[in-house]
Amino acid sequence: MNDTKVIVGLGSCGIAAGANKTYQKIKELKGAENLDFELKQTSCVGMCYREPLVEIVDESGSYLYGDVDEDRAVDILDKHIGGGEPVKNYVVKSDLFDTGRDQEFLEGQVKIALRHCGHIDPESIDEYIAQEGYAALHKIAKENIPREDIINEVMESGIRGRGGGGFPTGKKWRFAYNYTSEEKYIICNADEGDPGAFMDRSLLEGDPHAVLEGMVIGGYAIGASQGVIYCRAEYPLAVKRLNLAIKQARERGYLGENAGGIQGFHFDIMVKEGAGAFVCGEETALIASVEGKRGMPRKRPPYPAELGLWNKPTNINNVETYANVPYIIHKGASEFSRYGSEKSKGTKVFALAGKVNHSGLVEVPMGMSIQDIIFELGGGIIGGKEFKAVQMGGPSGGCIPNYLADTLVDYDSVSATGAIMGSGGMVVMDETTCMVDVAKFFLNFTQEESCGKCTFCRMGTKRMLEILERITDGEGQEGDIEELEDLSRQIIDNSLCGLGQTAPNPVLTTIKYFRDEYEAHIRDRKCPAKVCKPLLTYTVDPEKCTGCLVCARKCPTGAISGEKKQVHVIDQELCIKCGDCYNRCNFDAIIVS
Amino acid sequence: MRIQRIPLPEQEAVQEESEELDLSVLDPLIDKYRNKKGNVIPLLQGAQQRLGYIPREAFEKISRETGLEKSQLYGVATFYAQFRLSPVGKNIIKVCHGTACHVQGAEDITDALEDSLKVKDGETTEDMIFTLESVACLGCCSLAPVMMIGEETYGKLTRDKAVKVIKNIRIREKQSNS
Repeated sequence: MNDTKVIVGLGSCGIAAGANKTYQKIKELKGAENLDFELKQTSCVGMCYREPLVEIVDESGSYLYGDVDEDRAVDILDKHIGGGEPVKNYVVKSDLFDTGRDQEFLEGQVKIALRHCGHIDPESIDEYIAQEGYAALHKIAKENIPREDIINEVMESGIRGRGGGGFPTGKKWRFAYNYTSEEKYIICNADEGDPGAFMDRSLLEGDPHAVLEGMVIGGYAIGASQGVIYCRAEYPLAVKRLNLAIKQARERGYLGENAGGIQGFHFDIMVKEGAGAFVCGEETALIASVEGKRGMPRKRPPYPAELGLWNKPTNINNVETYANVPYIIHKGASEFSRYGSEKSKGTKVFALAGKVNHSGLVEVPMGMSIQDIIFELGGGIIGGKEFKAVQMGGPSGGCIPNYLADTLVDYDSVSATGAIMGSGGMVVMDETTCMVDVAKFFLNFTQEESCGKCTFCRMGTKRMLEILERITDGEGQEGDIEELEDLSRQIIDNSLCGLGQTAPNPVLTTIKYFRDEYEAHIRDRKCPAKVCKPLLTYTVDPEKCTGCLVCARKCPTGAISGEKKQVHVIDQELCIKCGDCYNRCNFDAIIVS
Repeated sequence: MRIQRIPLPEQEAVQEESEELDLSVLDPLIDKYRNKKGNVIPLLQGAQQRLGYIPREAFEKISRETGLEKSQLYGVATFYAQFRLSPVGKNIIKVCHGTACHVQGAEDITDALEDSLKVKDGETTEDMIFTLESVACLGCCSLAPVMMIGEETYGKLTRDKAVKVIKNIRIREKQSNS
């Protein structure tokens, strides 16, 4: 038996790209041809743009193969395992040779929160332990570290809440610690609802024990006896792996009586599945939801640290925050705080998506520039188009324009642009993205997700959406921009929770940086990015039209007339601007203006 | 805000003719969660898992046997996107409308499916084979635009590709029925 391992990446994104089929194929071949290797699974290494990923580790070194569909799997097994020759042109990373851009994607990163993701089998507690897992907890038990010292260490690391708020984690722990109560709770906010963000999902799927260990440490520090992970129901694989991890941790004594070997500390964790409400990412709404109520936020103070779940002192942190905790305790605060900028320490995970070549998960030191993330790690814009803006912070955030691409990603610099750091969604937009349409998209989202408690959020977002719809329908009026700004201010001032207070951000930032686009829609009835359909006209270029009839046959309203081999004409009265002719034309003969 | 209503009794009656509801499947669930604190959401989730949606009768039974107010159950059920108050098709098509999918043309995909299935977003086809839904983010942003049907995810969609997937499923369904 040799030690060759074949490891398939089975995270949600890999599975979506077909990794299960690849895994099955490899398993089938292994059996059929009696191949000698160990078949294993891991989770997402963050290279989503190359999924499915398969790593082969043999005595010569490690080879990470990308885009491994079933056919490619057959080819690779045949040549690499069968013939002993790695198939170099499929390799995206190897410790033996340079793979260019793919290599840069991985090497430009510093992995702390994602330290195990894509490297261990998330369903095996032994693999986690082998990578210094639960070492922080052992250290606490062995050295008998007092609870205050743990809080101080977290404080000293400078870590701030990774869910987007940026509140210092150590401070939050101290508040909860300071309240005396028989019962206290610790909650992990895994209700990742931002459209365009999937950092927490990858972490939960890829390294569930790190999150558990962080929670156990937090629970011990504040004096809690019960932990709750509030996880989105849309993440079935994360829920499954968390439950498995909890079971394993109980068996090994990291949960339960004298948890982690700390005498007198009894602590357990349960998973609560959310039921689909974006507002439940807000801590008081989340607590209401765990209690089985409608997830509506309440006024703060009192903060959850004083009156939280079941009216007991409660500490809530995000998934990524907890995943960093074992590292901080095990390696020491200074090892963590040597990364990052003055006021934002450590690293941050971003979900890079949109019109960027290398979409996926990246973890970078705080203080890296947006430019470097998009162009160095992200490999630039798809099709070499022009970079226009990047959206950060989802529906609570805003769009940062290309000329501010040297903005450093830390809490304060990003906030200064009007966007927010947020939980880490980073959606890249190019010249074909309409900023008014993007603003409408986010407002539509927050409008729908508003819980309805505060009038300004409930009605104000609706009114704003109506104005934006009017603008993108070509019926904008003078004064619309000012009215949007006015409504925004009122919603910000008169909403209880973060959802309402930040809902206007996407509109305000796009007005701030792309006011000319709003004006083009309103005054000239034009959409410069050619996205808003009611503002477009489709005509036929007589020079290019070959009279092939393809568009005329498919036009849903019969608006295109013309004989075979004669130039076609689009009847503007009948045209519904669906763009179908444009997409079908093989000769670029449809002009959009 | 999402607004849903429990179907009126007369509308319900039409559906009942075709399918008799067996509410006894709820018994173990109710036994498990009766008198537990924070039980409303798990009760509703369990009911939906067993019945595919939460019919009026299920609200009544749960209320009767646990003592929870119907208004409370209904209030929670209508608050969260996960709960359905009317029956759904055999295949739920979830078209992702996250940011990444939006900028890559998710709107077109929903349009094309609406045209092809002759239903609006959120509705079910007459033959009960498909329900078309928009969802916030499936987290497969690198494959945008994406849709999910059952466990299967379809990425890098175009109008034609999406419609073709649906047509193939319909053909399969028809074959397995005949």
